[in-house]
Amino acid sequence: MVPVNYYIILSAILFTIGALGVLVRRNPLIIFMSIELMLNAANLAIVAFSSVIKSYSGQIFAFFVIAVAAAEVAVGLALIVQIFKSRHSINVDEMNNLKG
Amino acid sequence: MTIDILLFLILALVSVSAALGMLLSRNAVYSALFLVLNFATVAVFYILLGAPFIAMAQITVYAGAIMVLFLFVIMLLGADSLAPGKVLPWQKPLAAVLAFVLVVEAAYLLAFRGAPTGAVIRPEASVNSVESLREMGMVLFNQYLLPFEVTSILLLVAMVGAIVLTKQEKGGQK
Repeated sequence: MVPVNYYIILSAILFTIGALGVLVRRNPLIIFMSIELMLNAANLAIVAFSSVIKSYSGQIFAFFVIAVAAAEVAVGLALIVQIFKSRHSINVDEMNNLKG
Repeated sequence: MTIDILLFLILALVSVSAALGMLLSRNAVYSALFLVLNFATVAVFYILLGAPFIAMAQITVYAGAIMVLFLFVIMLLGADSLAPGKVLPWQKPLAAVLAFVLVVEAAYLLAFRGAPTGAVIRPEASVNSVESLREMGMVLFNQYLLPFEVTSILLLVAMVGAIVLTKQEKGGQK
């Protein structure tokens, strides 16, 4: 029997690593991966709570989060490819104007 | 210390190490592969929590589709095309301090204020059965039918958006 606190603390640690990745890294691909890590950490907490209260609702919510993450990645990576085509660089520090 | 907690701790160690490897490795391909390892360990956690369907969805959608897309884009743009530009010197220490504050805050809130109670019982064998999946499908298609349909529209919009964004413009095609 694992106390649910363990899962929540693991989820908090993974979320913090993801937030640190967003703050520190310059490569937008790594920033996207860090966002995926944060979504994953939240999913882990949701499924842990749903397992404690023995309900399927949490699992279904995690399923929806996975679908939304897939949609987000498809659009985000298309944006990154398009920015690379027009500027030949994907450094987030250089993306400072809206005009293509 | 029971076998469950031992299993949890070993898996948690692998998971956190893979996340740190994703954060720290210089090569984007290594980062992506570390993230695949992290997703796989989280899928094992889902199985331990008695959610086999979510574990399989995690493997197929995250470790399969999303990471293949990531690797494809990394290969397309060149693995290390990022020149070391000028960096802000105070950024990394500040980010480390902020992350430390975040994890301490989360641990404080979870340990002292409104701490979640209860334990995750090891799921019985019946959880990994067709019967359990059937029950979950009943809940998904009765109680959560509208969000399910909205998700399908969201995926369609994302697909159209990705195609429109990467489409060659008429002028540049020739």
